[in-house]
Amino acid sequence: MGETYQHQGLGRNLQKQLLGAWYERIARAPETGTKLAYTFVPGNVAELLRVFGFELVFPEINALQSGIKKTSDRLISIAEDCGYSSDVCGYVKTDVGMVVSGGCGPVGLPLPKPDLLLCSFTGCTTFIKWFEALAELHGVPLVMLDVPYIREGESIGPADRAYVVRQLEELIPVCETVTGVRFDPDRLREIVKLSAEAEDLWVDILLSARRRPSPLDAYFEAVFFMAPIYALRGLPECVDYYRFARLEIEERLAHGLGPGPEERLRVVFVGPPPWPHFRAFWELFKKWGVVSVASSYSKVGGFWDEGFRHDPGHPLESIADYCMLCYTNQHLGMRADLLRRYVRRFEADAVVIHSVKSCRSFSMGQADLREAFIKEDGLPTLLVESDLVDPRYFQEAQLRNRIDAFFESLEHRRIVGAAAGPA
Amino acid sequence: MVAFERLAADARAAWDDPSFSVVRAWKEAAPGRKAVGYFPVYVPLELFHAHGVLPVGVFGGGAGIEIDHANSLVQSFVCSVCRSSLELGLTGRLDVLDAMVFSNICDVARNLSGIFHRNFPRLPVLYLHYPQNPGSSAALAFYRAELARLEGALEALSGRASSEEGLRRSIRLHNERRGLVASLYRLRRERPEAMDTSELYGLLRAGLVLPAEEHLALLRGALEAASARSRRPRDTVRVVLEGSFCEQPPLELLEILEQTGCHVVDDDLLLHERWFDSPVDEDGDPRTALARAYLDRAVVSSVRYHGARRRGEALVEKVRRHGADGVVFCTAKFCEPALLDYARTKEALDRERIPHLAIEFEEKMGVFESVRTQLETFVESILFFAEGADTLRA
Repeated sequence: MGETYQHQGLGRNLQKQLLGAWYERIARAPETGTKLAYTFVPGNVAELLRVFGFELVFPEINALQSGIKKTSDRLISIAEDCGYSSDVCGYVKTDVGMVVSGGCGPVGLPLPKPDLLLCSFTGCTTFIKWFEALAELHGVPLVMLDVPYIREGESIGPADRAYVVRQLEELIPVCETVTGVRFDPDRLREIVKLSAEAEDLWVDILLSARRRPSPLDAYFEAVFFMAPIYALRGLPECVDYYRFARLEIEERLAHGLGPGPEERLRVVFVGPPPWPHFRAFWELFKKWGVVSVASSYSKVGGFWDEGFRHDPGHPLESIADYCMLCYTNQHLGMRADLLRRYVRRFEADAVVIHSVKSCRSFSMGQADLREAFIKEDGLPTLLVESDLVDPRYFQEAQLRNRIDAFFESLEHRRIVGAAAGPA
Repeated sequence: MVAFERLAADARAAWDDPSFSVVRAWKEAAPGRKAVGYFPVYVPLELFHAHGVLPVGVFGGGAGIEIDHANSLVQSFVCSVCRSSLELGLTGRLDVLDAMVFSNICDVARNLSGIFHRNFPRLPVLYLHYPQNPGSSAALAFYRAELARLEGALEALSGRASSEEGLRRSIRLHNERRGLVASLYRLRRERPEAMDTSELYGLLRAGLVLPAEEHLALLRGALEAASARSRRPRDTVRVVLEGSFCEQPPLELLEILEQTGCHVVDDDLLLHERWFDSPVDEDGDPRTALARAYLDRAVVSSVRYHGARRRGEALVEKVRRHGADGVVFCTAKFCEPALLDYARTKEALDRERIPHLAIEFEEKMGVFESVRTQLETFVESILFFAEGADTLRA
């Protein structure tokens, strides 16, 4: 569709350029004297780190890029030769494989060692083991940011917020020592403001999926559109990116364009994608005219579509809340309610859960969610299993059978339902 | 003096019972009694005791129950202790409990709390976030707030507030109980003929269902009886057992360890009973004492972050301290904390030339022959070849 329209392809291409430039900055950091902070995507404290001029490195993004580039299987084998079990997280193994095999990053550029290893315990216990391994492999001390889980039936409590804020305050002198840059509260407010601007634009894009047809696949496309908000948030180029990306979406809305030729079914998608087989996996759904109108994975780093924004008036408090609110730091009941709201707001016909072995933080509880959606809500729900980065678990024929059977019966139900008329 | 065998049999009868008869009997003995379950690994038992609540360890169903319902709610790549603990609930066996406590030991256990919440609406779920940043100046205040939440829930349930003095009494009682556990461990280390690991394990495991006073009496009797026991010493190698801190291995596996000539000099079975490296303070503010003990005195385990202290070094130190010849990693299938730590700690052992063996178990494993062969080979390699191999490598 690119030829006749002005902005189509912008979101995808610009994102690629920005990430390419970012990986180059990382590779050249030792020359340029830029300090590197390794940290995790979910609930990341990018705004605070950027005050000190850190370039950020996210090991999960390196792992998923290796998945997309189909090098993860080799890296996973290297880690398994070092003693990592076939049953543990493939992201950890991909990353460890990268480090022990010489530190070449996913795009073929070197990944210099970290100056700061900030382990945010945001909804994933494996993060701790992961950065303990990196601390040993790189000989760099680990700095911990402990983020309390949002418990069943509760929201963020004052003791939780105070604990996280205090840890952020304790992080400041550590960053000053590593970088030699003094903390500047005004700079933090400016960066937080840039984050909030990008967040507003990103939310516009996400909410556009309420339209019929949806202009955006809020899973298969959003996983690319979301990269800047998680990797580059707080930088001016991140705000610019979402301005351009929104132009693409607005053009699609103006012309009634969707991500594919036809929207026959709308689904809410749950779980991370199988990166090494991303295209093949998408095809299995495209064939049925399935469009994702909302997804949990596009909120893996944090979410704003329910109202949260980074707040220049209360920078540290809002950073703390952002940490705690990320999807995998929420108890299952909150996750279920969120997905139910998505189904209603985005008028979805079904829920699709891609359950990945690597990430039990996502996947444990998904089978229970399926049961709840089907039995309590009468909501057609499909659960398929593979992995986010380990290609050995992607069984295409089996997946196709399950997906075909599910959508065939969904279409059949619709036809029968339509023939019977409204009840 | 009651014979050791008799005490060991009593202990087994108490814990090896998926219907929790001991807990039911305790509740029926007086009106209004409350029992609260906890999932591994650690909970501050003292707080339960101070509120007159019976803490009940829900550490899976072992090989004793069929899994008929839980498989549809948890995927195939989830460890068996989560699966069977859920099955215990789905089959009504946890109806005896008045609440259930989970904590942030791993992602699976954390989300299991949510599955319990949905499936058992009449069973309140309490979730504790143990601080993972013990170095932060805010960790103490945060953890004290967590303990206050737990106390609030226990008070609401039992209708009984705890006094400072009552809490101190509970701390003293549990210090004494943990002291007996330490003595039993010392005895087994020094005189393996006094008691098998499977027997010691049973004595500790009874503490998951017995009131603390009864458990204390059991341990005291067992220590006396085991000390007086005379059995023939056997040729063995001294091993540290590592990796079974949450899901507990089948009893048969522990027996095979012994049959194949492993003298377990230390292990991390039922680790909550040896959670601190020194007693909890008995003076001063008891809540602060419990919090400080957790932050400053917890032994290195796979379920918490210990600051700069490296796990591999801690394990090497444990091996040296106990004069062990090797390490048996005994990890539950799919247990990420144990399996991820294995990759790191094994390197440290290799550097120090400490022999090690990795075996995996599941609650329902039925065939132990390959594990037996692995262990036999491991023991023989230490008994006959270890020194020679070292010389060759040097």
